[in-house]
Amino acid sequence: MTTPVIAVEHGVVGYDGRPVLRDISLTVTAGEVVAVLGANGSGKSTLIRAVLGLVPLSAGSVTLFDRPLRRFRQWARIGYVPQRLGASGGVPATVREVVASGRLARRGVLRPPGRADRAAVDAALLAVGLTDRAGDPVSTLSGGQQQRTLIARALAGQPELLVLDEPTAGVDAASQEAFAGALRDFVGNGGTVLLVAHELGPLRPVISRAVVVHEGRIAHDGAVPDPAGHHAEPDHDHVHPHCYDEPAGLWSN
Amino acid sequence: MELFQYPYMQRALIGALVIGLAAPALGIYLVQRRLALIGDGVGHVALTGVGAGLLLNRSPVLVAVIAATIGAIAIEVVRARGRTSGDLALALLFYGGIAGGVLLVGLSDATSANLNAYLFGSLTTISPNDLITIAVLGAAILVTMIALRPALFAVSHDEEYARVSGLPVRTLNLLIAVSTAVTVTIAMRAVGVLLISALMVVPVATAQQVTRGFRSTMTAAMALGLFAAGSGVWVAATADTAPGASVVLVAIASFLVVAVAGGAWRTLRRRSTPAAAPTAEPHEVVLGRS
Repeated sequence: MTTPVIAVEHGVVGYDGRPVLRDISLTVTAGEVVAVLGANGSGKSTLIRAVLGLVPLSAGSVTLFDRPLRRFRQWARIGYVPQRLGASGGVPATVREVVASGRLARRGVLRPPGRADRAAVDAALLAVGLTDRAGDPVSTLSGGQQQRTLIARALAGQPELLVLDEPTAGVDAASQEAFAGALRDFVGNGGTVLLVAHELGPLRPVISRAVVVHEGRIAHDGAVPDPAGHHAEPDHDHVHPHCYDEPAGLWSN
Repeated sequence: MELFQYPYMQRALIGALVIGLAAPALGIYLVQRRLALIGDGVGHVALTGVGAGLLLNRSPVLVAVIAATIGAIAIEVVRARGRTSGDLALALLFYGGIAGGVLLVGLSDATSANLNAYLFGSLTTISPNDLITIAVLGAAILVTMIALRPALFAVSHDEEYARVSGLPVRTLNLLIAVSTAVTVTIAMRAVGVLLISALMVVPVATAQQVTRGFRSTMTAAMALGLFAAGSGVWVAATADTAPGASVVLVAIASFLVVAVAGGAWRTLRRRSTPAAAPTAEPHEVVLGRS
């Protein structure tokens, strides 16, 4: 099982002429759980957005499941979990309705939902522990529960690859545990994961490889680095008022 | 009541009911993507089409459909680019549309009564042919909005996620834009260019005060639209008021009734069952430092 699921080669991304990613190369193979770490503004979120084609590359290439991104069509193989639910115009939507949209990649636009779709939505809700909230409006959920809703939406599509953008940022401890459990199950069934994180918390044992992005380049690629200095303390409250000044060695000691 | 024995009143009622049902079915997606006033803008552009139609002696409604469609696609292109100058571009389009309409209507032989009919609606002058157009287009909008609900919901709810799901996001957005143009043009006959957005938006705003999900909001909004259209036309017939304005005022009155009743009900419920203290999440930042 060494098929590359994601391959980024010499990827460059810039916003309005300002480079965010400079020459990034990254390969994720099937079954790996790769964490992209880095300070705010390091370009780690841009990296996964470029992998998904949400941000155009100005140079280099992205390959998904052995296909160039431009010609990649099998989106059902990928489950994407954004950082947070976009602000919608106030029309209520239940947890189940949001999770059910995760089936569209598999089902297509025209086919109405069938029994398999409902079963997959049920299973995804169960996996993140939100079965009892299925009929509630998403807006009444806590931040952590909303994040779990987004993870359930990705899981409902039964993807082979999960791409998550800061899944644990601002999420309460109970939701972090529920999320780590869901991720363990997903990996146990042969899934591949690429996630962006600011800190790993309860996810740490699940991660098989860590990539540290610093100033648009990969500063470390290998074992999960130990947190440096006061970050290692168990009661460390992770606050970064001036994160742009952090040295590259923060994660690699 | 005997007024409804006349065919022109029956046509007015049926036309209003079709629009009352179809407009909120589309409007819910517009509200969800924070484009509640887009119908207004497209309506302004449609007026230029009406003016051009009157001037060229072509069917004003047909030319208006074309103008509104071009306008709606232009707005969608501006929106998709997401530039900050977007709302200025929209303003140019809106005011250019209404000024162009007034100018062209003035150049044609049409009277100000004609202009008024398109600005504020003229339900009672709907011809049998008009009614067929309204019914066919209204049914097409309704079927599309209901059949594609999961995909349209996904794309309006979280466009980036929809793109990563491989949905044809651009096509769906254009579909909503074109549907807006068509709905505006058929509703133009009922409530007029200046009141169209009300029928698309107000029933949705009323429904979402009490509903919990998207599907239930859509159903309730369509029922409310139907109710407003039916009772508005009835009020207009009995009290001899302007039909378009009556329909819109009934819709707004329903909004106020639901808002007040909903507020009162929530207050009552809070008093009878003291709410459990919300379980707070731990702070992400250190508070109390100055």
